[in-house]
Amino acid sequence: MSGFDVMFYLIAALTLASAALMVFSKNIIYNAVGLLFAFFGVAGIYVMLGADFIAATQLLIYVGGILVLLLFGVMLSQRFSGTEMRTGTLQVLPATLVCAGVAAILLRMIWQTPWPKAELGAPAPTTKTIGTLFMTDYLIPFEIVSVLLLAALVGAAFIGRRDAR
Amino acid sequence: MQVGLTHFLVLGAMLFCLGLLAVITKRNAVTVLMGAELIINAANINFIAFARYLDKDIDGQMFGIFVIVVAAAGAAVALAIVLNIYQRMRSVNLDEADSLLG
Repeated sequence: MSGFDVMFYLIAALTLASAALMVFSKNIIYNAVGLLFAFFGVAGIYVMLGADFIAATQLLIYVGGILVLLLFGVMLSQRFSGTEMRTGTLQVLPATLVCAGVAAILLRMIWQTPWPKAELGAPAPTTKTIGTLFMTDYLIPFEIVSVLLLAALVGAAFIGRRDAR
Repeated sequence: MQVGLTHFLVLGAMLFCLGLLAVITKRNAVTVLMGAELIINAANINFIAFARYLDKDIDGQMFGIFVIVVAAAGAAVALAIVLNIYQRMRSVNLDEADSLLG
């Protein structure tokens, strides 16, 4: 086993264990902590796939942005004095069966598909290429996504107001 | 067995199923949102694994960036809706928000 393989298994184990903590813990703060480490693990997976820019983006946006937003959501919507920090579950047995079925189908499809084997080069820095592509091939999606972000943020600020009419 | 495309796809599939389980079973709306973020991350792992192993170009990574941006926009709007529900009903349990149920 090479160092790459060892790193992959370590990061994958961290990611899956944190995701399991997020899913199976009843305490909503533990859910958030599990999600934090799952995001870190996914960033590590991106690094292993040679996607350096996306790994940094993952850390900045998910860990620094979305997770903080979710924690604000937790703190603004829970009553800390009571036992409301616990989050209940519904329909656990049928849901587990459905998810196990979905997992079985996905894994079977992954194993049965004859993926082409390509020779991999060493990972190269991607930031320059991504910047060039944003200003050339992907200019229209880039502009649309920036307008979408503006609209979403204005809309979120409007909906979140106390007396939204 | 050497780590290859299959390993990353299996990891993505398992993350997806964990996220799906959270979305289906949790009562708290914020936790359901956390599960949705997990699903989005699983899909993104697949995009970037395919970009590394099947494609000589970097288009899969571009898709990954757009996915992250749209997920951020979605999370902001969804949390605003959750806070509004809390202000009206003093609860974010999804099974109690049934005003539209006939």
